[in-house]
Amino acid sequence: MTENIKPLDPPSDDKRWRIVQSAMRRNGFKRSGLIETLHSVQESFGFLDEDSLRYVALSLRAPLSQVYGVSTFYHLFSLKPAGKHSCVVCTGTACYIKGTPHLLTQIEQEYGIRPGETTPDGQFSLLTARCVGACGLAPVAVFDGEVLGNQSPEKTMSFLHQWSADHE
Amino acid sequence: MNEQFEHITAKEHAAANKYEHTIHVCVAASCLSSQSDKVLERLENEIKASGQTGSCHAKGVGCMGLCSRGPLVSVEHKNHPQEMVMYQNVTADNAPTILTALAEGKKAEELICPTDTPFFQRQTKIVLENCGRIDPERIEEYVAVGGYSSLLKAVTEMTPAEVIEEVMRSGLRGRGGGGYPTGLKWVTVSKAEAKQRKYVICNADEGDPGAFMDRSVLESDPHRILEGMAIAGYAVGAEKGYVYVRGEYPLAVARLKKAIIQARKLNVLGSGVCGTTFNFQIEIRLGAGAFVCGEETALIASVEGKRGQPRPRPPYPAEFGLWGEPTLINNVETFANIAPIIRNGGDWYASIGTEKSKGTKVFALAGSIVNTGLIEVPMGIPLREIIHEIGGGIPDGHQVKAIQTGGPSGGCIPAAYFDTPVDYDSLIKLGSIMGSGGMIVMDETANMVDVARYFMEFCMTESCGKCVPCRVGTVQMYHLLTKIYQGQASHKDLILLEKLCTMVRETSLCGLGQTAPNPVNSTLHYFRQEYLDLLTDKEPVAAAEVQS
Repeated sequence: MTENIKPLDPPSDDKRWRIVQSAMRRNGFKRSGLIETLHSVQESFGFLDEDSLRYVALSLRAPLSQVYGVSTFYHLFSLKPAGKHSCVVCTGTACYIKGTPHLLTQIEQEYGIRPGETTPDGQFSLLTARCVGACGLAPVAVFDGEVLGNQSPEKTMSFLHQWSADHE
Repeated sequence: MNEQFEHITAKEHAAANKYEHTIHVCVAASCLSSQSDKVLERLENEIKASGQTGSCHAKGVGCMGLCSRGPLVSVEHKNHPQEMVMYQNVTADNAPTILTALAEGKKAEELICPTDTPFFQRQTKIVLENCGRIDPERIEEYVAVGGYSSLLKAVTEMTPAEVIEEVMRSGLRGRGGGGYPTGLKWVTVSKAEAKQRKYVICNADEGDPGAFMDRSVLESDPHRILEGMAIAGYAVGAEKGYVYVRGEYPLAVARLKKAIIQARKLNVLGSGVCGTTFNFQIEIRLGAGAFVCGEETALIASVEGKRGQPRPRPPYPAEFGLWGEPTLINNVETFANIAPIIRNGGDWYASIGTEKSKGTKVFALAGSIVNTGLIEVPMGIPLREIIHEIGGGIPDGHQVKAIQTGGPSGGCIPAAYFDTPVDYDSLIKLGSIMGSGGMIVMDETANMVDVARYFMEFCMTESCGKCVPCRVGTVQMYHLLTKIYQGQASHKDLILLEKLCTMVRETSLCGLGQTAPNPVNSTLHYFRQEYLDLLTDKEPVAAAEVQS
């Protein structure tokens, strides 16, 4: 029955909306599929903007307040565009004990950004994770999805310098 | 159905027997992040290039446990699987060395990872029995090691009551940390009256920082979880199951998705499971980075697509859960124990472990310890044995100071208590908890006030904001701890902190708030001097003089 529901017209003719629509269809356009839908928006567009929140709310017939509430409740969703690259520093217990605070201070000193922020030139976003589950390799950082273990301030900074150098 | 399983098993064995040697490459998250996928690829290419295709083959397998030495590779001879050779820190460039040694009937000595050590010899593997042995992406390999035979046995030879009876006899307790008897939970759900249907949920929202047991099981042996859930569904009368996985575990999600598709094709999931009238569907629900969703009522809200905020219990989810229906929620490791219990019987399981804590427990060893990785040990093993023998002791000449169990809800156990057996009740007596299985070893360089502050920061950020004691209390406690840590606090602040600990523990709505003071309480109990040394005034004040 749910197969017959036609998705509403998306905010633009960007092809990525099809991915979002198929995520909603998989869950029968039900509100319970809200988190899955938001995941698909974030994967396709990198972040959740107002247009996409409104579109998802209308399509799932959910109040905008619920959609906004859910997107701000969960840490993984971002309402701001992310940088070109991403550096996620793990702050799990093992990584914390083995020195992630030093990594973060070093990055803050050099680039002036704190976790959750993006460099002014939009080159990379700094994020923290609660534990990426690679505690055997602590401290761990994830550069554009690639998990690298045994980080030191030098190692991490040299990676970030590459990104800044690309830009120049 | 049984014939089909036998047919698959025979085919798998015949395929494996074609080769003299099987090379296993760990492709679980930890080794993968040290490029084990490239090792596997290179091995496959080199096998072709050196013309060894007739004598050996390489395959990806799940976690072998010793993550700190990854990527790990093991070589097994078809007739002598016991004489397996393990290689450590393998890079793609080592592939020719390994294959040349194999062709000459030797071992690549410089890469050898000794397996006659306590780390490998002292473990008892039930949950992890297939990890590191089978390819997690092929259902045929799971079937060939006896997979899904427990489900088949349950649905064709046993009544739901008999299945529950076995689980009761096993004495299995919830492995998510609470330790509630699994059998009792199953009975409650099976007796509960459903309006329309019942649900089974697998809690794979492993949020404790420093814990990666569930992730490894999901990545290394996903079918094990599906089988456990299906058996649970049959036992309690549910036809629908959800696996709630952290969004941070993309590899686990991908392998689960693949496993569900394969299981449907083989008809061990879907309508008419194993040719009977029992139907069972499993869907995946993704978390999005909220620690509180590990709490069962918050998890249910999240599965329903809402903000993950807990609600007061009772009613418990066993009676009023997902969409108001009776819902069975168990942790990944709990479900992973079900198939072996049905296969070997509850009495067999109950023969392992201690009187009140049966079976084995998987721990993630991390922190200041030589062998970081994943271990499975029988309940009741002393902490000392885990740390000094299996864990290989403390590196770089440091001394062990304490060990943290149970994450932000647990506590620190000082070295003086390392003869304590590891079971639910002993750990509670020490002011900690079993938790889901994270075990972080700290050496003398760790500052316990900072450790307490670290966990409080965690609870403060992860508090969902619904109830005041947790939302406001954790912030206040965090500020007090920071003040102490920075050497700006007085005795008055310390007393205030202790009062807040009691208040937050007694008045918070859910487990997150109720247990948030645990790390503070346990470090205050065992390492009080470290707090006192940081205070500005050296004279204590009477508690009655401090207004909270």
